[in-house]
Amino acid sequence: MESRKEDARRMVSVTINGEMRQGLAEPRTLLAYFIRETLGLTGTHVGCDTTSCGACTVLFDGEPVKSCTVLAVQADQHQIDTVEGLETDNVLHPLQQAFWDNHGLQCGFCTPGMLMTSVALLQKNPHPTESEIRHGISGNLCRCTGYVNIVKAITDASHKMQKEPAEV
Amino acid sequence: MAIEATETRPLGKAIKRKEDPRLVRGQGRYLDDIVLPGMLYMALARSPYAHARIKEIRLDQAYQVPGVKAILTGADLEKMNLSWMPTLAGDRQMVLATGKVLFQYQEVAAVVAESRAAAEDAVQLIEIDYEPLAPVVDPYAALKADAPLLREDRDQKDNHIFHWEVGDRKATDDALASSPVVVKEFIRMPRVHPAPVEPCGCIADYQKATGKLTWYVTSQAPHAHRTVLALVSGLPEHMIHVISPDIGGGFGNKVPVYPGYVCSVVMSLQLGRPVKWVETRTENIATTNFARDYHMTAEIGATQEGIVTALKVATIADHGAFDAAADPSKFPAGLFSIVTGSYDFPVAFAEVDGVYTNKAPGGVAYRCSFRVTEASYLIERVMNTLALKLNLDPAEIRRRNFIRSEQFPYQSPLGWTYDSGNYDATLNEALKLVDYEQLRKQQAERRAGGELVGIGISTFTEIVGAGPSNTFDILGIKMFDSCEIRIHPTGKAIARLGTRHQGQGHETTFAQVIADELGMTAADVLIEEGDTDTAPYGLGTYASRSTPTAGGAAALAARRIRQKAIQIAAHLLEVSPDDVEWNGEKFAAKGLESRAVGMSEVALAAYTNLPEGMEPGLEATYYYDPPNLTFPNGAYVAMVAIDRGTGEVKVERFVAVDDCGTVINPMVVDGQVHGGLTEGFGIAFMQEIAYDEDGNNLAPNFMEYLVPTAVEAPHWETGRTVTPSPHHPIGAKGVGESPNVGSPAAFVNAVVDALSPYGVTNVEIPLFPWKVWNVLKELGLTQ
Repeated sequence: MESRKEDARRMVSVTINGEMRQGLAEPRTLLAYFIRETLGLTGTHVGCDTTSCGACTVLFDGEPVKSCTVLAVQADQHQIDTVEGLETDNVLHPLQQAFWDNHGLQCGFCTPGMLMTSVALLQKNPHPTESEIRHGISGNLCRCTGYVNIVKAITDASHKMQKEPAEV
Repeated sequence: MAIEATETRPLGKAIKRKEDPRLVRGQGRYLDDIVLPGMLYMALARSPYAHARIKEIRLDQAYQVPGVKAILTGADLEKMNLSWMPTLAGDRQMVLATGKVLFQYQEVAAVVAESRAAAEDAVQLIEIDYEPLAPVVDPYAALKADAPLLREDRDQKDNHIFHWEVGDRKATDDALASSPVVVKEFIRMPRVHPAPVEPCGCIADYQKATGKLTWYVTSQAPHAHRTVLALVSGLPEHMIHVISPDIGGGFGNKVPVYPGYVCSVVMSLQLGRPVKWVETRTENIATTNFARDYHMTAEIGATQEGIVTALKVATIADHGAFDAAADPSKFPAGLFSIVTGSYDFPVAFAEVDGVYTNKAPGGVAYRCSFRVTEASYLIERVMNTLALKLNLDPAEIRRRNFIRSEQFPYQSPLGWTYDSGNYDATLNEALKLVDYEQLRKQQAERRAGGELVGIGISTFTEIVGAGPSNTFDILGIKMFDSCEIRIHPTGKAIARLGTRHQGQGHETTFAQVIADELGMTAADVLIEEGDTDTAPYGLGTYASRSTPTAGGAAALAARRIRQKAIQIAAHLLEVSPDDVEWNGEKFAAKGLESRAVGMSEVALAAYTNLPEGMEPGLEATYYYDPPNLTFPNGAYVAMVAIDRGTGEVKVERFVAVDDCGTVINPMVVDGQVHGGLTEGFGIAFMQEIAYDEDGNNLAPNFMEYLVPTAVEAPHWETGRTVTPSPHHPIGAKGVGESPNVGSPAAFVNAVVDALSPYGVTNVEIPLFPWKVWNVLKELGLTQ
């Protein structure tokens, strides 16, 4: 039987982590699933489907969004950044390194979303206070760490990222 | 800052986690990340009613959805004798409903389709006619003689599940009757859900050609799940391969076997293709196991000086539609008999009655060892009431009643032998860290200024690490755990254990234990868990049992390696084995310290240069059956302030001093404590799975079921005392759950302390601002 939904699929092109990728998506396909299942980048996780947990956070034209609440077709011709794009030349992003150094993760499921939110936070506010960090990541749920070491990791990364330009 | 895994003598050091490099790159491999060729997707149709008879199920429209491969109902399963499955508590649970549904969101039909979306589309088109029946939501109402009968499948025609009691009822009654002081309190621990960020799910992959079923599943207990699956499905156990991949948090939620798991296995067996099922968040919170729902009454007898004389506890346990707790078979109320806590009660008696209601089935131990949180919360709350009654400081009432360090091993009146503890020292450390005297002064000053400020103390004792296997089994399977170590020729090792971590850091901490025993570094020891074809049999990771059981097995397997290694070392050193000593890092010839060989030389020799007649290779397996449980303890102090305008409670200070025996990795221990405290905070202030009178779940998502964000989560201050377990191979006790067990009482005791000048002795959790505000309003304290 011919499917109506099959007919409704359209090509979606995105620049993801700097690479041009495209794939077919139904109009209702959520960006999170397009990234995970169509493009095969499974670092972006789905924890709630209701914009609550933030495990699916990616950058959409540089802004953090919960990709379970964006349609894949809305991302057509836009730029997406996911956790897979944070590392450069086998060197961890300072935030990835800081999460590792400070025990900022346990089960690791919320970590990719937490990292992407943190990347955006530090871009907007390179010297956040503890309170600013806590508010900045309040859309991302973590059930393991109690956030203590996540806050520490983001603070640590913010210091290191400030030092780097001077060293270069 | 943490140190690298290449450090020698790693035990007790803050080694950076070996699992993190893949997880921070988004390269963990969680269940839903796995895609198999030809994989199908399953979705479940669920009941909108809490209690209803199923009149008719029509599938024709659903079958019209393109891509639908099969639809399964309870009637289909009945023909296979699979419409019910055993629970881990010895009850049974419907897989897909037949006859009637017993809770809202209960599983009624399963659709398998070529895509996730097609399966969900078809679920929407399944037509089910229900005849609604009167729901029973309140456990006390369920026990009334005229209550509607929920479980028609049982011979017993009421809603009572079990009665369990422990202790000496008469001696306790007599002691209470003759005690000059008696306090009594009703304490409710409401229904909550562990809600890990990753929901539950599985992929069943049955290959007809080989007859082998590979079952990827979010399982905290993969070996036990394999055995249960073999028993339920009739598949030969060696043809079931369970793989529990990276798990996105468990907290007890991923211990039981769920209907969705069984349906996906049945569908894969029928279709010969892999079938994936992953819960939505609502399915997770509304159907897979909840925790608590304990309704407890406690009486404590005491002398005028506050020395306790007796404890009597009666509890109603609401299990929902099926007793789907994951309890050891001899313990229908888990380890609730730890309820005498840290105190030397001469006599005690506790009884628990399990009840069916039209609510989701359970309840699991949510970040605790089988009902230990309920017990700990109860005793720590009621000791507080006793202190209020006698006008004693809550620290003082505890000091007067602590089991003293010279009493260990301590025989509790409810049958446990506590291994070790130094409760005074732990409490003193907490009081010192928080500067208790100063805190009380501040409180007095602020109270004088009209503020509502309270200080709460909790000095809990846990019971964790089940076995020993002569007492503990789940569905008959003894609760030991295991470790197998293989040393490779170049001196590197792989170790596999019967546990399955979900964030606890086993890949690092167990490597530390083994490396420390063998003079290696944690970097040189690869830890693998979760694959039943390769790992030795074990009962899994929950109830803080990994370190007490598998951790013991790891140390003892390493020592077995050392027994053989010493023979090889003697051969290399050209001395008698009696003349070889292990110096903590190397095997040395006695009296000739410079002549020594390490594990890398010994390992190479094990494959290349063996003593005459010795079996080649260097490996060992240890199945460790602990002689006793371990009893971690802690002393927590909370300071709170209540907003008179909004009822919001602000946690201003929280000091947690834990004693978990020997510490393997202080960074990991602190991380566990931070996380557990935050969940304890959620339970005290935010989290509740409430139902309305029709049995509708009122919090089936993260918008209604509130878990703490970084904004609400308080700042935690941690400390430690170390009282090793005398029977554990390295003296460790387990810690992952202590903070969740011990903290709720500290928060609530602090809130009660703030309000105690106005006659308040008890407040019911969760302490939502509106609830606290109502209390303030009644007392005329609102602003």
